[in-house]
This record gives sequence, structure tokens and C-alpha cells, in this order.
Amino acid sequence: MSVIADAPTKRGSRFSTTRSRRSALQGWAYAAPTAIFVLVLFVIPLLLVFQMSGSNWPLLSGNQGVNFPSNYQKAVTNRFFVDSIVFTLKYTVLATVLLIGLGLGLALLVQESSRWKGFLRTAFLIPSALGLASASLLFYVLYSPFAGPFAELMKSWGFTFLGTPNGALFSTVFLIVWRFAGFYMLLILVGLQGIPDEVYEAARIDGASRRQTFTWVTLPLLKPTLALATVLCVTGSLLAFEQFYILTKGGPDNSTITVVQLIYNVAFQGQNDLGIAAAISVIVLVALVIINIAQIRSFRRAPEES
Amino acid sequence: MTIASRRQDRRMLSIGSLLLRTPYWVLTGGLALIFLYPLIWTAVSSVAPKAGTSQVNGWGFGNYVTLGNYQAGIVQYFANSVFVSLLTVVLTLVISLLGGYAFARFRFPGKNLLFLGTLAILMVPYATVLIPLYVILTAVGLQNTLVGVALVMTMFQLPFATFMMRIGFESIPRELDEAAMVDGASSFGALWHVLIPAVKPSMITVGLFAFLAAWNDFIAPLILINDSDKFTLPLAVANLRVQVQGIVDYGATEAGVVVLALPCIVLFLVLQRHYVRGFLSGAFKG
Repeated sequence: MSVIADAPTKRGSRFSTTRSRRSALQGWAYAAPTAIFVLVLFVIPLLLVFQMSGSNWPLLSGNQGVNFPSNYQKAVTNRFFVDSIVFTLKYTVLATVLLIGLGLGLALLVQESSRWKGFLRTAFLIPSALGLASASLLFYVLYSPFAGPFAELMKSWGFTFLGTPNGALFSTVFLIVWRFAGFYMLLILVGLQGIPDEVYEAARIDGASRRQTFTWVTLPLLKPTLALATVLCVTGSLLAFEQFYILTKGGPDNSTITVVQLIYNVAFQGQNDLGIAAAISVIVLVALVIINIAQIRSFRRAPEES
Repeated sequence: MTIASRRQDRRMLSIGSLLLRTPYWVLTGGLALIFLYPLIWTAVSSVAPKAGTSQVNGWGFGNYVTLGNYQAGIVQYFANSVFVSLLTVVLTLVISLLGGYAFARFRFPGKNLLFLGTLAILMVPYATVLIPLYVILTAVGLQNTLVGVALVMTMFQLPFATFMMRIGFESIPRELDEAAMVDGASSFGALWHVLIPAVKPSMITVGLFAFLAAWNDFIAPLILINDSDKFTLPLAVANLRVQVQGIVDYGATEAGVVVLALPCIVLFLVLQRHYVRGFLSGAFKG
């Protein structure tokens, strides 16, 4: 029916205008639930967060009027603001490099289909089915100096996983790699399978070695996939929350507070100030948009340069 | 590297080349072990005897009993999680089914804007809209309710779900629904009788992702739910750790992780094909 509406003929033009109007009405009717959800639960909150960031807005008493730019001043002078940004960036770089590298490695490892490789794929993917909170709780026990499988070892060698700032960071990164490596493997695997066989065949006829094929054929053709994986990974890592909330509670010595954890703490733990939390949210939002645009641009430019 | 050369490799397999491939078996076997060990250890440890847990002597389900009796009872938390997850799955399926149909088959003003607006949800950090969502849900009386949590979860599922359903519908030849409409079916009749059976695989993928997301989500219930008897399972298990005078009950936590993870792992293993389809569709490129 929409085909008829899409291509009105001269003879039936009036007929088809009513048709296309009806089609438009029906289209809107079917799209209405989506529109309502996007409007009420996404667009309005997005506008509201800007308003809140410029208003005095305590958790319990609600909007107390405009106080711009006080929230932003309080946000940037919060004693954990700079630390949390530095820590989140450090964590993001570490997690992204490891996850994309390992995801690519695993994808290459299980590329062809065989029974063993099918098993490996499933084994690497199973942690992705777990929630981040479940995985964090699981590693909370694994890393425990009392109940974990390494408890005896920790006692006799005198080390802890979560006791020092660096230990806590690396232990959390390990958890994240365990949980997400399969996800990125699958994403990259799909990209690899999108590379036509003929291209490899041509490289083989030209006498390219395995390494040459990888560097000059696989990697360039995989670039869009790697770009997508990197953007997803950076976005996800910058918003890290559960893993640190559950594993480290921001400790030891407040060394593992992420930006989202700071938002949560300011809004609901102690300070109870939604205005300042909204101001940090806006800063994160703007920063993330800039970072993602920069990433997409650099990935787009790169192939022309090389 | 290529499939063709691999096939050649396989033909040349002999005991000698098998031995040469020992490092390969050790590497891949070791990797598989790293990924599976934490899960297996937790499952075994949750029923193994350990001092300081509810399972001190011999093997058994003592930790699960403690877990079962935690505060409102694990049955309550389990039911809360099931409710939120099922409501999210149903809402996501209904909305994305209708939305996908609209985007794939109809022309209407504002169509592209709405589609891009839906995908834009992916671009905006979860946490940055949770603060205003808290305010909005409070205003309409849905803060501190499981329905409110399900609505928020549904909204975050919409970009992926709408995209999946749209390409699901677009991959079906238009002749199929047009034939039904020529036969006198309404556009809804064509959707209901002809198209839904055809897009079923996409719906399974959408439902699976929605379930996993809702079942596992932590931050939305953490922020939106105050009453402990309305906690979802992840929240309850996380809180359980600090149950008795600040002493962590590791045994019950292990049992909690098993209860949390098991449905996801079973669903994943059964529906792995549909999980992979979510990646093949390119939906993450939205």
C-alpha cells in the first residue's frame, strides 16, 4: 500500500493523496508509542538536566529557583572533581586498549569455524551474558582475602587485590576485560567476516605473507569496525559505575571514584544536591559528545593519510 | 589465514603437526579456562563447606537457605526482578514492533527525525539522564515503583530494539503484506497475521537483549527504588554483603551470584544464535 502512496500516478493523483495522507496517519499511529517514550523519558529529561544544572535543586525539597552558575562552580571545585576525571580517563584508556586489543586477538583466534573454535567462542562469550553487577559481585568474592580461591596465597605472599590504588584499578580492569572481551570479540568477528574472501585470495596470489596480509588487508578493511568498537568502549568506560561501586566503593583512599560515582554521591549520598549533580552530568554529556566526535573524525581521516 | 588455506592445513594434519600445534592447544585451552573458571569456582564454592558461611560442615545448600531468608526473602527479590524484566521485554517488544513497522513501511512527516532521536538515546550517557528521570518519575508518582524502573529500562532498550525491528521488517518483501492488504486486510491485520510470524527471529533477539539488560541492571533500581522490599535481585545481593554487623557473608553472596547468573547463562546458551544476530544486524552501529 505504501508503494502505491509513494508513487502517485497522474491519473489517480487525488486518490493517492488521500492514500498517502492515510498512510502518514497510520505511520504516526504506529510510531506514536516510540515517540511518546522518546519524548517523555529522553527528550524532556535531557532538557530538564540543563534546567536543573542552573537551579538550586535539593534532593528532598525540589526546585528552589535559578542559581546559575553556582552549581557549576561548586561542581568544578568539588574536591573529587579533578581526581575523578583523571581516574576515569586513566581507567578508560587502560580498558579500551586492552579490550580492543584482546577482542581483536580473540576474534582472529576463533575466526574459522570448527568445533573447538565454536566452543572457544561460547566460552569467551558466556561472561557477556552476566550483568556487570553480577560479575562485580562474583569478583568481589574471588578477590576476597578471606573467601576467595587466592585467600591462602594472599596470606602467605602478603598481597591484596583491592587494598592499594593500583591494585584496585588493575583488578577492576581485569574484571571488565573478563566480562566484555567476548562482546568485542563478537563485534570484531562480524567485521572480519564482512571482508570478502576474494581480497584475501588476491593478497595470496600476490605472495603476501600472513603478517603482510594482516597489516595491509585485514586491518585497513577492519577500520570501521574497530572505530565502532572503540567508540562503544570509550563511552562505556567513561560511564563506569557498578564495577567500582561494588568492588571498591571508590576506595582505597577515594582513589577509584569515577565521574558517574561522583554524580551519584553528590545526588544521593550525603550532599543530596541534584543541581550540582546535574551540572556534573551536563559537563560529562558535553565532554562525551566532544570526545566521540573527535574519535569519529580521527578514524575517518586516518585512511586518507595512510 | 583464509578459509581455503585452512582447509589445506587440515588436510595435511598428521600426528607431527598435531604436536607442533601443542602451544596452540595450551594457549586456547588456557584462555577458555580463564573465562570459565570464575563461574565454575563460584558455583562449586557456593555449595562447598567453608568456615564463616552458612555451609560449614559438608557440602550442601546452606548458603542458599541463608540467601532465601535474607530480609524480605529472596523469593520476593526474584519476583521483583522477574516482574521488571518481563514488563521491560513486553513493553520493548510492543513499542519496537509497532515503531519498526512504521519506520519500515510508512511515510510520515518527522519520520527521520524521530528515528534519529530514538538512536540518539545511545549517544547520551545513561547516568546523565537518570537524575532528571528521578525528578520526572517522582512527579508522576512512579519513583520507588518497579513499573518506573521497567519504563526507564524500556527507554534505554529502544534504540537497539527499534533498529533491529526496522531492518527486520525491511528484510521482508513488501509483496507479502501488500498481498494481504489486497485481500482486504487492514495494515494492522497484515502486521498481525503476516508480518509478525516473519519477524519472529528479530523479536526473539530484541526480547533476549531486553531481558538481559533489565534483569541485570543495577544503577536504575539503585537510584529509583527506596523500599528494600522492592529491590531487584542485583540490588538485594549487593546489599546482602553487609548484612551481619558489617561482616560479609561470602557464601550467601556466591549463592546470590549463582541465582543471578544462572537464568542469563541458560538463556544465552539456548538462544546464542539469536544473540549473535544482534551483532550481525549492525544494530550497534546506530
